[in-house]
Amino acid sequence: MFIGLAYKSLLNRKGSVLLTVLALTVSIFVLLAVEHIRHQAKDSFSNTVSGVDLVVGARTGSLNLLLYSVFRVGSPTNNISWDSYQTIASGKNVAWAVPISLGDSYQGYRVMGTTRDYFKYFSYGQKHQLKFTSGKAFEGVFDVVLGFEVAKQLKHTLGDKVILAHGIASTSFSLHDDRPFKVVGILAPTGTPVDQTVHVSLQGIEAIHMGWRQGVKMPGATLSAEQLAQMAFQPKSITAFMLGLKSRITTFRVQREINTYKREPMLAILPGVALSELWQMMGMFENTLRLISVFILIAALLGLSAMLLASIRERQREIQLLRVVGAPPFFLFLLVELEALLVAVVSILLGASMLYMSLSIVGDVLVSNFGLHISTNIVSKSNVLVLFWMICSTVIVAAIPSLGAYKSARSRQME
Amino acid sequence: MAIDLQNVQFSYPGVPDKTVLNIRHWSVSPGEQVFLHGPSGGGKSTLLNLLSGMLRAHHGEVSVLGERLDQMSNRQRDKFRANHIGYVFQQFNLIPYLGATDNIQLAAHFSARKRQVLKNEIHELLSSLGIPPDDWHKPTARLSIGQQQRIAIARALINNPELLIADEPSSSLDQQNRDNFMSLLMSLVDKHGITLLFVSHDMSLSQYFGRIEALSDINSPEAH
Repeated sequence: MFIGLAYKSLLNRKGSVLLTVLALTVSIFVLLAVEHIRHQAKDSFSNTVSGVDLVVGARTGSLNLLLYSVFRVGSPTNNISWDSYQTIASGKNVAWAVPISLGDSYQGYRVMGTTRDYFKYFSYGQKHQLKFTSGKAFEGVFDVVLGFEVAKQLKHTLGDKVILAHGIASTSFSLHDDRPFKVVGILAPTGTPVDQTVHVSLQGIEAIHMGWRQGVKMPGATLSAEQLAQMAFQPKSITAFMLGLKSRITTFRVQREINTYKREPMLAILPGVALSELWQMMGMFENTLRLISVFILIAALLGLSAMLLASIRERQREIQLLRVVGAPPFFLFLLVELEALLVAVVSILLGASMLYMSLSIVGDVLVSNFGLHISTNIVSKSNVLVLFWMICSTVIVAAIPSLGAYKSARSRQME
Repeated sequence: MAIDLQNVQFSYPGVPDKTVLNIRHWSVSPGEQVFLHGPSGGGKSTLLNLLSGMLRAHHGEVSVLGERLDQMSNRQRDKFRANHIGYVFQQFNLIPYLGATDNIQLAAHFSARKRQVLKNEIHELLSSLGIPPDDWHKPTARLSIGQQQRIAIARALINNPELLIADEPSSSLDQQNRDNFMSLLMSLVDKHGITLLFVSHDMSLSQYFGRIEALSDINSPEAH
């Protein structure tokens, strides 16, 4: 009866109620979207790397090292020598070590030289290992394994020829066109920068730079494929390497050993710590977005309140009638509150469905353009919490017109 | 006594010096049908508000159906009104966007009996008042004034009140509807033995009543 009355009363004022519902729907959509994408981005961000205990590179800022080694963003400051890598990798606490060599690109995607161990030890998310959708890890010098997005965007399949470019610009004038690579494997999607990476062996990286000086191809200095095949490519330096330790308890000891390594200045970072540092830097931006969406919501709620308050004036007769049939003034208070809550609940349902539909529609665009996997599952603890607070604010803001109705009911006399 | 007023004085809080109502003694027996007339501004609305418990008298005794309204709390008076008093206005007796049945159910909702008012009971009542079933669920705003006033009677009677207050209930009706309305009202009141206080300035309606009172005879605001 009570809800029916509130519902029919709202229906009776379709026009203004509909506009209010729309305003609230949009604001809830914005609020939920910001909250959802924030969480998804954070998740996908902190899931970028796992199972790696330390990332080691030339001495630089820890964020810089993290950005270029894990996110393939920015440029490495310096290389570290193969000797140092060998020394540390053979340490007694080290379970495994995977070297990384960066600096080349393919159609704008970063090329990473590494070893077959990379596919074995590198993991992301909740310790998910890399999987191949087709093919397998590289074996030969000129084999290449493509990340999922690279293969998808450039429509590559196994056996395709790939020509790498020197440097990391998407349009490069110095191509390693004398040494085409062959696609031997394509990785399954991970939602991490791995999807955007072209993986080759360290030997491959060395081989294509044979005969290059200072980043320029030396005419006449290149070697034939036969000559290359006979050479054992031993890299002199690498960009960075990842370490897995036998026991995590030794993490800080090993980190300290690397950071105080006498023969070469190096930096070892804990990827988890560096990731959260990086995320904290984005906290400012994130809070600004949240603040804006909260203000939008408050504005919409005030609109709801204004709509209800205006309705009280045109409902004086109704209030009088309800009083005469015995409704206490508090009933009028509750009735207006209930109307506000009905509007809020309808708006929440609409806003959430709107978000769900938008995510389903733009999900593909986000993945292909930003490598951002946003789940369409918007039911999360934080979103439920946001909606809970929204309902609380509705009750508080709607108290203004509800009190108006209450007062009007108290002072009402039959004319 | 259905209504018993003793030395009732009332003035509105904003203008405490101006006594609107000053009734030394006035009473109505149970089952009596009283026609009360008087000019506008003579304190009619104030008297009805006191009797229905919307206003509270600060001086004197207001007894309705043997209960002292002037000694009850706001909540008690609201309850009392819901349970014992039916009320019909000149207009706006119904919530315009609700159907007839919903309007009647709403009135039943606030009564203490809390009995489940069966749809059947409401439908019977509506049929007996000559409302066709097609119109039972339409928003009452779409019905004719005559129909609305008849539904208003149904709404006022659903809780079996002992006292029915009618405040110019027929003024918005045309001659024929008015006659139909009056005979319907009187027959229902007779049938259920309800005390009726009927307020109007239309003296032609006084023919239906056994007791006719002028408010000016019982109310003497100047004489303290």
